[in-house]
Amino acid sequence: MTKKLTVSPSPHVRSSETTTGIMLDVIISLVPAFVMSVVYFGTKALALTAVTVSTAVLAEYLSRKAMKRPGTLGDLSAVVTGLILALNLPSTLPLWMAAVGSVIAIVVVKQMFGGLGQNFVNPAMTARIILMVSFPTAMAKWVSPFTSGWAADAVTTATPMASLAAAKGGDLSLTQNLPSLTQMLIGNHGGSMGEVCSLALLAGALYLLLRRVISPAIPFSFIGTVAVCMLIAGKGNLQFLAYEILGGGLLLGAFFMATDYATSPINLKGRIIFGIGCGLITSVIRIFGSLPEGVSFSIILMNILVPHIEHLTRAKPFGFVEEKKEKQEKEAAKA
Amino acid sequence: MKKSIPKVLSAIGKGRGGVNVAHNKNTAELPVERMPVPQSVVLPMQQHIGAPCSPTVKVGETVSVGQVIGDTDKFVSTPIHATISGVVKAVGDVKLANGIITKGVTIESDGEMRLYEGITPPVIENRQDFIKAVRASGLVGLGGAGFPTHVKLAFPEDKGVDTLVVNAAECEPFITVDYRECVENTKNVMNGVMLLKKYLGFESVIIAVEDNKPKAIELFDKYIRESGDFSIRIMALKSKYPQGAEKMMVLSATGRRVPPGKLPADVGCVVMNVASVAFIARYIETGKPLISRSITVDGSAIKEPKNLRVPIGIRIQDIIDYCGGFKEEPRKIISGGPMMGIAICDTEAPICKQNNAILAFADRKDAIKPERACIRCGRCVEVCPMGLMPTLIERFAKIKDAEGLQKSHTMVCMECGSCAYSCPSGRPLVQYMRLAKQVLREESAKQ
Repeated sequence: MTKKLTVSPSPHVRSSETTTGIMLDVIISLVPAFVMSVVYFGTKALALTAVTVSTAVLAEYLSRKAMKRPGTLGDLSAVVTGLILALNLPSTLPLWMAAVGSVIAIVVVKQMFGGLGQNFVNPAMTARIILMVSFPTAMAKWVSPFTSGWAADAVTTATPMASLAAAKGGDLSLTQNLPSLTQMLIGNHGGSMGEVCSLALLAGALYLLLRRVISPAIPFSFIGTVAVCMLIAGKGNLQFLAYEILGGGLLLGAFFMATDYATSPINLKGRIIFGIGCGLITSVIRIFGSLPEGVSFSIILMNILVPHIEHLTRAKPFGFVEEKKEKQEKEAAKA
Repeated sequence: MKKSIPKVLSAIGKGRGGVNVAHNKNTAELPVERMPVPQSVVLPMQQHIGAPCSPTVKVGETVSVGQVIGDTDKFVSTPIHATISGVVKAVGDVKLANGIITKGVTIESDGEMRLYEGITPPVIENRQDFIKAVRASGLVGLGGAGFPTHVKLAFPEDKGVDTLVVNAAECEPFITVDYRECVENTKNVMNGVMLLKKYLGFESVIIAVEDNKPKAIELFDKYIRESGDFSIRIMALKSKYPQGAEKMMVLSATGRRVPPGKLPADVGCVVMNVASVAFIARYIETGKPLISRSITVDGSAIKEPKNLRVPIGIRIQDIIDYCGGFKEEPRKIISGGPMMGIAICDTEAPICKQNNAILAFADRKDAIKPERACIRCGRCVEVCPMGLMPTLIERFAKIKDAEGLQKSHTMVCMECGSCAYSCPSGRPLVQYMRLAKQVLREESAKQ
């Protein structure tokens, strides 16, 4: 026979899902939040996102080249990292600082640990924390929507989380300049470019859940734990609870960053434990810490624990009987 | 008034994992067609799991249909019968579809299909006679695994085996021969069930069919009502791959879980393929051993897809030619289903007892996704019906960490392919599972 046949191990059919397709879904899900960031913060947001994405892609290309490894731009993961990083930055950040963030995320956090799927902490989140520590003033300069990039004078403002820190025991009357809950939903308040508009984030999250790109386990256990903690801390004040859920990076973090495949557990039980851990750490930082916000740190801390969580929650295989039990049963059968 | 009996049972146990693979049962409504006698057949002495047979005929000898041409005294093996009448042309090495070279007998047809005069219906009085007769019939599991049936049936009488599960799930895409067996030979299946009940003492029988075959379910229901024996029940299973896998089957049908390394008999069940059951009925009636079987010929490269009754040992190429040949140049030919079948490299090889399909694909059905790095998405963990973590096993296999593999229960894997099917990064996970098992085997050989 002269014809050449392909011989390969089974299965001979594959699902249509691809890594690139998944990354594309994540990008699509972030589009509403990105569009809203441009609406609120104008050309500055556009420029910042362009810089983080292009730097991330360039950094990925050059680092793979330098390591003499096959290029991985096609999987679109660098675009996702750049996009998520941008959404985590204040719109006022100097462009070069944003570029530094992208390089840290891609080169240091991702490629130095072996590239896609091998990094043990979330690249964008780590980059954000490094930027926060390195440039604390620039990373905490929040402006009101519709003022920077649109008008000449940007009006600086506090984030709802900073205002909320004053509400000890859930007493909202102690706070100043707190936006209304409607404004929290549509995002007309200070904060990171992508975290302000809760509705846009929820739309993206719904898309990811419907497309089954992410499982609900992590975001629901994460937000659920924060909700329970805040209900206790706020002495049952539901309005306070709503601010805590909608404010800060909780929605962005829980749906788009804690669910990062590489840095979260691969099994359901592990995912639930991971989400609860994230929620507890976030709540502790928000209630007791001097920082107004704790989502980034909680995710990074839980990222580090992932191998241990996976190890401890390893599922029993089908029909598996514990050895001890088996022995007991045998003895029982004998007797 | 007769007590109303639930028409069709729904699954009792609920398994986890599995994947929704496109069914592609294109040939479901094509009746099984008997293929004309080929010019020659090649009968390998080792076709399936078990000890190889030794040829009992010599070159030049005249043989007739049903005559034993290969046998062994080992228990885990079955005799091999001549499937056409004619003259033994060669006894020597033959190449199987999977590339393995084994001893085989080549018979050139005289075109007469003369039946061996020694064929008489077996005389069966008790359980031992029955098991002996099943062995003599040459029957192996016709569903694809090819395990000698009599071994499965020879469970100790005091083992508490009470349930027979007739596997008509046929969860592999494309294949429809079991379905054809259900609708064309329903009577045979029922008779086979009665015989198995009679001689092996099963208290209950569950005929399990995936719910995408309503016609088969309806027919069985009708026959069961006519028989009046309501210890036989029909069960509709969810059409989800790998529903037909033995352990999945036992769980769905009885709610019992077969522990790792154990057999269905350990939880009181015997699972038999529906075609094997029907064959037993025909054999006990006529004494005609396993000389032919049904196979599905399908795939985008096949000109006229068919369900065929072919003599065992027929060349794969003869079957393809009978189906009009290829309409496009095939890129991959599979013996068996697309999920667990073997990609073959040579169409000159013969059909063995357990082969249930020949699929030839021209298009990109067989395309392998570009292999990328594992992104730890967890899809393989989610779909594994055995509750394993394929991606972790892959890592351990690569660094040959036998301890890690042991702790990950690698040996439980049945290579159903659900993990590799759903992997978005196109990783050949089944291959890694096999590699992992090899690492463990080597490790235990060292000790």
